[in-house]
Amino acid sequence: MYDADQNRTENRVGQADIKIAAKNVQVYYGETHAIKDVSVDIEDRLVTAFIGPSGCGKSTFLRCLNRMNDTIPICRVEGDIHIDNEDIYDKRVDPVQLRAKVGMVFQKPNPFPKSIYDNVAYGPKIHGLAKNKSELDDIVERALRRGAIWDEVKDRLDAPGTGLSGGQQQRLCIARAVATEPEVLLMDEPCSALDPIATSQVEELIDELKQNYSVVIVTHSMQQAARVSQKTAFFHLGNLVEYDETEKIFTNPQDSRTESYITGRIG
Amino acid sequence: MSTTLVVLIVLALGAAGYVLGRGRALREVNGDQRRLHSLPSYYGTNVAMKTVVPAMLLMGIWLLAQPLIVETSVRGDLQDEAERQNRSVSLMMSDVRRVANGLDVAVSQGVMTRERASNMRTEFTDVRERLGQAGVALGSDVTSAVLRAAQRYRAISGRADLLRTGVVLALALAGLAFGLRNSTAGYRARNVVESGIKILLILAACIAILTTIGIVLSLVFNTIEFFRLYPASEFFFSTTWSPSFGGGSELGIIPLLWGTLYISVIALIVAVPIGLFAAIYLSEYASKRTRAIAKPAIEILAGIPTIVYGLFALLTIGPLLLRVFGDQTVGWMDAGTAVMTAGLAMGIMLIPFVSSLSDDIINAVPQSMRDGSYGLGATQSETIRQVILPAALPGIVGAILLAASRAIGETMIVVLGAGAAARLSLNPFEAMTTVTAKIVSQLTGDSDFRSAEALVAFALGMTLFVVTLALNVAALYIVRKYREQYE
Repeated sequence: MYDADQNRTENRVGQADIKIAAKNVQVYYGETHAIKDVSVDIEDRLVTAFIGPSGCGKSTFLRCLNRMNDTIPICRVEGDIHIDNEDIYDKRVDPVQLRAKVGMVFQKPNPFPKSIYDNVAYGPKIHGLAKNKSELDDIVERALRRGAIWDEVKDRLDAPGTGLSGGQQQRLCIARAVATEPEVLLMDEPCSALDPIATSQVEELIDELKQNYSVVIVTHSMQQAARVSQKTAFFHLGNLVEYDETEKIFTNPQDSRTESYITGRIG
Repeated sequence: MSTTLVVLIVLALGAAGYVLGRGRALREVNGDQRRLHSLPSYYGTNVAMKTVVPAMLLMGIWLLAQPLIVETSVRGDLQDEAERQNRSVSLMMSDVRRVANGLDVAVSQGVMTRERASNMRTEFTDVRERLGQAGVALGSDVTSAVLRAAQRYRAISGRADLLRTGVVLALALAGLAFGLRNSTAGYRARNVVESGIKILLILAACIAILTTIGIVLSLVFNTIEFFRLYPASEFFFSTTWSPSFGGGSELGIIPLLWGTLYISVIALIVAVPIGLFAAIYLSEYASKRTRAIAKPAIEILAGIPTIVYGLFALLTIGPLLLRVFGDQTVGWMDAGTAVMTAGLAMGIMLIPFVSSLSDDIINAVPQSMRDGSYGLGATQSETIRQVILPAALPGIVGAILLAASRAIGETMIVVLGAGAAARLSLNPFEAMTTVTAKIVSQLTGDSDFRSAEALVAFALGMTLFVVTLALNVAALYIVRKYREQYE
């Protein structure tokens, strides 16, 4: 079952660009085996959704893709993850630079206690992307426009980012992430703390972002996965059960566990 | 009957009330405690409370009020006598009290019979000598008026003591009976006990607040008294501090305030960077094991008595500084006691304050802030400098201000480390002194407590109190204002 799946993705290598190639990834938290032998190829310029019940390892796997798990002392990652054919767990790779290339948006909006402008300018400043103030202004404006929040905040860029509403905060965080010009955008349940209106705004935004980035989104909501993603991976108990076109997963799943999950019998 | 005995009896009654109340409630329901409104122990506590608390309260108030009332009645008799002898009534009153106490002691030791103590006359007996035999030394001969007043004092007190014992015991018994009568199955003993506990807690809080108010008031009145003797403008603006108990002293606070601020600033310059960096290391870089060992180790510094820091300043820091900056080298320093010596010792004392508080505050910055920054490709030090410290800043400022008010109030280190010379100078290697150290030197030793030279201590204390209060208020304000930054 699982092999057949992999063959199918490998067959398409010629048709689409593979941005991230993960092979036989194992993750351990101390004694707990959290991710069991996961292999997955993520394509460029489309949205890939990771779905599955709580604790199935989808967030853990996501955090492997930009080495955020390095900040957890007891976490151990094995296997290969290549981004643009470069092994990101190679000793020569600087995780700090990798994270500039692979941006991340978190479950809870986490704007820094700074002004809206400084929130967005934070990444470009520490990576030296702007030569002078006016260039930085341009970068901030572009990022805020891409985060679909420019019109709401353009008159109060000096106001604290923490004073915005939940949905605005999350779009600010997305703008902050795209300001460093990443190539991949990882989103860990970006809408779970938002109301339906803010959710639909963020989803629209994700749809636009895929023109420039490879977007990977972890979500609890199967409807959301169906709405925004082109490819979906179903995780269960640390295993990657099924990975395919989103439409196929939701209409014609190959694995019985996938079917049980999307029809609401497990999870 | 002595007061201790009365207290013991009341407590015994309370204990008996507990047992009786519990038993009565249980008997009422034939031992089935499910039919009681409250647990049996609540019924017992209820009775014990009603027995002990009113009786004890009454006794406390009575003990406070009795001497006042007895004195006013005796004082009336002394009024004429005092005018005749041209002495102040309060001085005669203290004689009366001393003689009355002496008679009590003499009677209890068996040197004198009870009747003799009450009937003795100065015309026939040398009271001073008789009391001397009982081990009670009197300063001067006892006049007949004083002796008569003392005898009256004893008589009234004795009657009042007897009355008090009777009333207190009666109240305790009445409370016991009332509590017992209430101990029926439906009585809400638990609620009564709960409100009793609440009142107890309120009383404790009131005592804390009232004591504070009392301390402040005593400062205020004595300060006002001082300003009657010495002009306030001189006190606040004179640049000389030279008290002399012979008169003609200059009591300008400026040199002392200058010394206080100078030493505190040096202490903070030492403590803030070291404490803050230690806190950053402990909260952000150190492994769990290192933290578990290092944090308590640093906090041990906070447990060292300040006199020990003073010794350290006097015996170690002072000589060390003298070797480096003394006459042999650059010649900036004449003696081991100097602003720098005390400042360094105080700085070491403050390190655990700054580090421990800052560490807690840095730890309180949500992990999501760190994740957000790392996720954007920031390094650890960039994250700390640009995200965590700004988020923790209000708390850190509060911690520093608390440390500052500690430094301003510090005494022992200054006494031992900084010398005693009140001086206005910029050289940190000269001896200076602080407000607190001068308060100590003005109040110790033999001096007339009503002179400006002694009362100035209260004005100094009041100034210091206002300064530290302002610092604490500022710290609280800053912490409150910026507390909700990340939510």
